[in-house]
Amino acid sequence: MDNIVSLKDIVVEFEDGEQILKNISLDIKDKEFVTLLGPSGCGKTTTLRIIAGFLEPTSGDIMFDGARINDLPPHKRNVNTVFQRYALFPHLNVYENIAFGLRVKKVPEKEILRRVGEMLELVNLKGFEKRSVNRLSGGQQQRVAIARALVNHPKVLLLDEPLGALDLKLRKEMQTELRKIQQALELTFVYVTHDQEEALTMSDTVVVMNNGVIQQIGSPADIYNEPVNAFVADFIGESNIVNGCMPQDCVVEFTGRRFECVDKGFAPNETVDVVIRPEDVKVIPAENAKLTGIVESVVFKGVHYEMMVDGVDHKWMIHSTKAEPVGAMIGMDFDPFDIHIMKKTQED
Amino acid sequence: MKQLKIFSVPYLVWMLVFILVPLIMVAYFAFRTADGEWTIQNISEVGQYANIFVRSIWLALIATVICLVVAYPLAYALSRMEKHKQSTMLLIVMLPMWMNFLLRTYAWMTLLGNNGIINNLLGMIGLGPYKLINTSGAVVLGMVYNYLPFMILPLYSVMEKIDKSVIEAASDLGCNSKKVITRVVVPLSLPGITSGITMVFVPAISTFIISRMLGGGSNLLIGDLIEMQFLGNSYNPHLGAAISLVLMVIILLIMTIMNQFSPDDQVLI
Repeated sequence: MDNIVSLKDIVVEFEDGEQILKNISLDIKDKEFVTLLGPSGCGKTTTLRIIAGFLEPTSGDIMFDGARINDLPPHKRNVNTVFQRYALFPHLNVYENIAFGLRVKKVPEKEILRRVGEMLELVNLKGFEKRSVNRLSGGQQQRVAIARALVNHPKVLLLDEPLGALDLKLRKEMQTELRKIQQALELTFVYVTHDQEEALTMSDTVVVMNNGVIQQIGSPADIYNEPVNAFVADFIGESNIVNGCMPQDCVVEFTGRRFECVDKGFAPNETVDVVIRPEDVKVIPAENAKLTGIVESVVFKGVHYEMMVDGVDHKWMIHSTKAEPVGAMIGMDFDPFDIHIMKKTQED
Repeated sequence: MKQLKIFSVPYLVWMLVFILVPLIMVAYFAFRTADGEWTIQNISEVGQYANIFVRSIWLALIATVICLVVAYPLAYALSRMEKHKQSTMLLIVMLPMWMNFLLRTYAWMTLLGNNGIINNLLGMIGLGPYKLINTSGAVVLGMVYNYLPFMILPLYSVMEKIDKSVIEAASDLGCNSKKVITRVVVPLSLPGITSGITMVFVPAISTFIISRMLGGGSNLLIGDLIEMQFLGNSYNPHLGAAISLVLMVIILLIMTIMNQFSPDDQVLI
């Protein structure tokens, strides 16, 4: 598969010298659903705006289909954007909003009618042609925004937190729908979100960003199961992160106890972050456990119970289908492959 | 609801005493003779001043168009600036309005005079002197100078509300900067255009000070004509009222036509 969009060493710096993006390099393959994921201010929207052409990087190259497009203005780029707050044209009705891009390109009226009709069907808005966009619900406006972008047959669709303003149920529906559209039309989607669940459900590839730096690029399963550092582990799902050290290969010491693990290649006694998912903490009888703790709270979460357990030097979060009474002393254990060892990241 | 009605009472009284009653009085005088009889003679007499009406409408129209052409790009640039720069620029736009209207117009008299600053400067490089003052051009200049802020402000306040991402969406969908203006900014700023035109055209068509000071005797406007009926030698308040009434009807007609171009249910985001 070829790369449709490539970012090479992209730096974005504000006038006051603040760096928004610090040397971002990213290859996006054709027909791929890529999600840029990170907390607010991490530079994910900035990255999207650079691909759209609304922002010029301070340095670095943007390649599109093999050609450098740094100097190409937005209206000449073969990408379209779905904006965060839809940005529909308030003076035009649903039909004219969707037809906008085609009219600008002077597409014949007959073809406009056909293509807008197709789009209305795709986003389930048949019969809304004459409706003013100001009289649509949030979900409907979102559909118009998607149709307005897709009708131009862009090679790449950029979506900037498009579902952020919708309620949970609608958001879930739209997630499935967007994924279906992307697969049916065989398009490249670049999707920005801060919602890790959304990223994991929809994407082929997730790009985790923080402080203008790409932390990890990988499939949703890779990102969840093999986070490269404590930030990713913490941001993707819940995690217990404790300080530890590696006395030797396959042995890790944390909270004063030694456990067997599967990681090797660290310097002797190197300090590391130890990451353990809450669902990977096994509850065992306290008598024969290396590690014990007292249950502080139990919250029912539907599928499982979430327990906070006060152990030595660390409060553990445990997800279990069986609740323990508050105040009880329990033992905890881990399978070696559930203990993830990560190099300490240099905090700057 | 009842409480809301109480709040509007002061303005309703004001409207009754200072707007409705005078309006009825103007209409009343326009249809009466000096001897206290009903007549339509005053109205029909207005017809002989048709040339002054045409000149007033024409000069006010030119001034309005110039204001729109000058103010539109300025207001657009202003609305797209960073917020703190916007307030500084807005201050500069408003600054002349803090100076007394008469003073400003007097200043133009000295600038444009036959021995004024402009002719003196031109004289230094061997040009002129040109006849600048007491021309219809000077009247238009006076109107543009005095009423320009009234065009800029409504345009700016409408444009400032246009979401930046709507502009970006237009360029994302294939508009170059010219098409962004014609296809999105102009339609979305129509309410500002109509109210700007109203706020410049209406005072311009009825002004009498500007034409008096910068137009000399040869550029009489409706305002001067009305003033002469009340304060001048040709004292005739009945004719003055009739002219005022006709002017009002004309303005009303023009505004009605204008409003046809403005969308009625536009919600700006």
